[in-house]
Amino acid sequence: MKSNKVFVTLLIAGAFVGGMYLGKGQQPAPTITDSAQKIGYQGGFKKDAEPASMSKSAVKAREVEGQTLVVKPGSLIMDAVKSASPGDTIQIMPGTYHETVYIDKDDIRIIGVIEQGKRAVLDGQKKLNDAILYSGNNIVVENLKITQYKGNGIMGQAGNNFEIRNNIIVDTGVYGIFPQLGKNGIVEYNIVSGIEDAAIYVGMSDNIHVAHNHVFASVAGIEIENSRHAIVENNFVYDNAGGILAFVTPGLPVKTTYDVIIRDNFIHQNNHVNFGAPGSTVSGIPSGTGMLIMAADDVIIENNIVSDNKVAGIIITDHANAPNITIDPESDPTPERTMILNNVMVNNGYDTIDEAKVLMLSEFKQGNPDIVRVGDNTGSCIINRHQYVTVGVSDWAECNFTSTDNIDSYILDEPVAPREIHGSERGKMAYLGICTGCHTYTGRMIGPPVQVIQAMYMDNPQGLADYIAAPVKKRDDYPEMPAQNYLDEETRLAVAKYMLSVKN
Amino acid sequence: MSLRSFTLLLSAVAMLVCANLSSASESFVLSEHCPPSFEKNAQGQCKLVNMYQMYDSIENKGMGGTQTSLPPYRDGFTPQQIDLGRYLFFDPLLSPNQTLSCASCHQPQKGFADGLDRSIGILGEKVKRAAPTLWNAAFLQRLFWDGRATTLEQQAAGPLFAADEMGNTPEQLLNSLQNNTYYPDMFKQAFPASQKIELAQIYRALAAFQSSLISLNSRYDHYAHGYHQALTEPEIEGMNIFRSFVARCSECHTPPLFTNQQIAVIGTPEPAGLPLDVGAETPFHSEKLKGGFKVPTLRNIVKTAPYMHSGVFPTLREAVDFYNKGRGHAVPEGVKMYIHWHIWEPNLTEQEIDRIVDFLGALTDESLTPAIPQRLPSGLK
Ligand code: HEC
Ligand code: HEC
Ligand code: HEC
Repeated sequence: MKSNKVFVTLLIAGAFVGGMYLGKGQQPAPTITDSAQKIGYQGGFKKDAEPASMSKSAVKAREVEGQTLVVKPGSLIMDAVKSASPGDTIQIMPGTYHETVYIDKDDIRIIGVIEQGKRAVLDGQKKLNDAILYSGNNIVVENLKITQYKGNGIMGQAGNNFEIRNNIIVDTGVYGIFPQLGKNGIVEYNIVSGIEDAAIYVGMSDNIHVAHNHVFASVAGIEIENSRHAIVENNFVYDNAGGILAFVTPGLPVKTTYDVIIRDNFIHQNNHVNFGAPGSTVSGIPSGTGMLIMAADDVIIENNIVSDNKVAGIIITDHANAPNITIDPESDPTPERTMILNNVMVNNGYDTIDEAKVLMLSEFKQGNPDIVRVGDNTGSCIINRHQYVTVGVSDWAECNFTSTDNIDSYILDEPVAPREIHGSERGKMAYLGICTGCHTYTGRMIGPPVQVIQAMYMDNPQGLADYIAAPVKKRDDYPEMPAQNYLDEETRLAVAKYMLSVKN
Repeated sequence: MSLRSFTLLLSAVAMLVCANLSSASESFVLSEHCPPSFEKNAQGQCKLVNMYQMYDSIENKGMGGTQTSLPPYRDGFTPQQIDLGRYLFFDPLLSPNQTLSCASCHQPQKGFADGLDRSIGILGEKVKRAAPTLWNAAFLQRLFWDGRATTLEQQAAGPLFAADEMGNTPEQLLNSLQNNTYYPDMFKQAFPASQKIELAQIYRALAAFQSSLISLNSRYDHYAHGYHQALTEPEIEGMNIFRSFVARCSECHTPPLFTNQQIAVIGTPEPAGLPLDVGAETPFHSEKLKGGFKVPTLRNIVKTAPYMHSGVFPTLREAVDFYNKGRGHAVPEGVKMYIHWHIWEPNLTEQEIDRIVDFLGALTDESLTPAIPQRLPSGLK
């Protein structure tokens, strides 16, 4: 207890409240909701079809396996990535590697080979920025050990359909695992510790499954930020400053968080000192917070074992009551429809913050808070509230459901498919987006008129496609045409056909 | 060569000659063709067509990674409106003493900026801020450094009537266009349903022209679409630093536009002797946004020195180095700013800063620079 004065006030208030309680002996018995009946949640993400199989996979199934490229210590993983084509698997043998691996291709699997407990170790030696950085779709990263990077362990930037599993990430910069702006991804069976921000941070993403991870000794354990349709389950989250967070952070281009299920996690003793970077959002989290819901909507908290978190088991707050938060007229600051089902809460809030104490006093509550709600909140519900020491939830409704067992996963049954682009459409995009900068139908621009080109190549689209891949100087009164070899073969032929078909 | 194609060739040459003749005649016939990168639809509107339309993105925001769709944009103007906007944009007739056009401060050969730390207005004095590039203005959800306008039409009224910029009045502007030999007819071509020139038409034509300034075909874009040889090794290294979580540039300057279009407080310094520019605090009425500015695009960035809202950094390297000097290092004493969480102390090495500068050089694409009118309806130069 930091302040004696507060202690004394609390004692007095305690006595006062105690008296009240006795006096209320004729109160009706608490509503006990038996969740064994499992009345299912009717909200949440609706999939188009019933799952074809129960095997949970986020990446696109491979019709043909590509090559397997094996990387041994002494060679570069990046050399394998550069030579890999979509469909290939890169196996990394045990040993130590010092590099940043970036993957701007689709359907590549990076698999560490574990031999008798020995892993492939990516060691950034506190010199390198990020260990793995991908922007491709259908990326798998498995079985690695990552340590001593300054930025992130594994970072996805707008890659869809990803699976990040069985990695050990220790003492690595800002985020351990950080998929950002991706849809349909699984993060499971990772052990992440010693991270200066969130060990696992899902940012601006959709349809996410975070399960069976072991995260500790970080500022935040698992953070779901500006994301939708996420399930966080069966994780062991302990010894962080804050355990599991569901946030709307203002000032980001994607503005909402909703439909998040946090269930079946062990959220234990998250009392680590907060060593977050000054100004970072997480640096404002009071050390000792089991779960923190900030401005996120439709968050369901169910069947977690929440123990020994000294400030509170769950804090629910709006933006106005959170530190370090900027304003953003486009993001809604209020958490709506927080739903708290059965949870086991033991020994939380035993050394809580002054704000919580003041709120307790105002409600004449005593004891150590399991659940603290501050600021605005609408449409929320809770069952079996009598089990917990709560503040700010007395006006919440009873939930009309008791279980989320009817929701297995928000992973899509069919992985996100690339946008379907046909040859002629591709040709048109390239023609209008690129060629028309230098060629017009009739007039002389930088290059000769399309009519002239049509006359030359009318029956020979392949010849045109070949020319643009490696143009040769033809006309004295025109400059040289720059090579269009950055367009792939298919696109070059498509644009040739399109150029020969345009009529104005 | 087949006979058929030979005849085609001949007729093509004949048409070319015709085209040349007509452009020499007196009146101004507005183009009936959409500018490059636009396709005319059945309604006669120009719709953007670009390789990035091959992709999708989260919540259709058009953000992040390499292969991502574009953010929402303005298009659907007619070729005539775009072409009218081009004439207006370059015509000093839009200022009362006929000395300044939009292009005086947004010069095509300077990345549609003006090369000055702060632009010089009609009074011959420096205005408050630097002229931003207009490349890819079609995609902007907020305009001006402080984000105070939300549409190009709303924006256009700013420079036209600001006393220190073009200093015109609505009456005088309409008068000078109405009394010009050519403009009434040109407005008729662009807005056939209307009887007289209206302010809204001027704004719309300017918006139409600016929406046609598309720059999405740099060497970086070639890389993004999958041609990895398009960038040199140092540039790729720079790209990886740029998008790393140490430098974090791409968290705000997010591809493909290299802006996430948000307001961010990063605490850049003012040039010596200038008062603090509180930026977005004013239009958004919030102290939390004191010193906040719209994240600017970095496309064609090598063309638009000096940098930042008041042009405080003469070179790109100095602009990049700003981020390495520590969170809030330039915030004046006694001023409270809520510095953005991504601004920290990345401790980039000198080489890393050089590599970022290398990478930024690969964001240049001016292939769709519009033609500067050879002759203006006002006869002015
Ligand atoms: C930067 C300007 C530029 C761009 C962009 C450009 N071209 Fe060209 N193109 C030229 C020039 C200049 C020539 C004339 C070269 C010469 O005669 O030496 C030319 C010539 C050609 C020719 C005539 C070849 C011949 O055998 O005479 C074809 C075909 C052609 N371009 C197709 C394309 C296609 C298709 C695209 C888009 C993928 C394209 N160009 C994009 C500038 C360009
Ligand atoms: C005297 C120089 C000057 C003239 C003339 C001028 N501008 Fe600007 N323009 C600026 C400056 C300076 C800014 C930034 C002002 C601010 O943010 O407060 C700006 C901002 C803009 C922006 C916002 C861009 C962005 O990224 O937010 C647009 C669009 C624009 N001008 C278009 C025009 C048009 C159209 C005209 C002609 C009607 C014009 N400007 C005339 C100097 C000028
Ligand atoms: C927190 C968001 C944020 C981050 C992170 C960020 N920037 Fe910026 N950037 C801005 C804002 C806002 C401005 C405009 C500031 C001003 O004018 O005062 C800006 C301006 C710039 C400019 C000048 C643009 C112009 O047209 O004058 C450059 C260059 C630049 N940033 C590069 C970078 C690089 C390189 C990094 C990474 C090291 C980076 N930025 C990281 C928000 C950010």
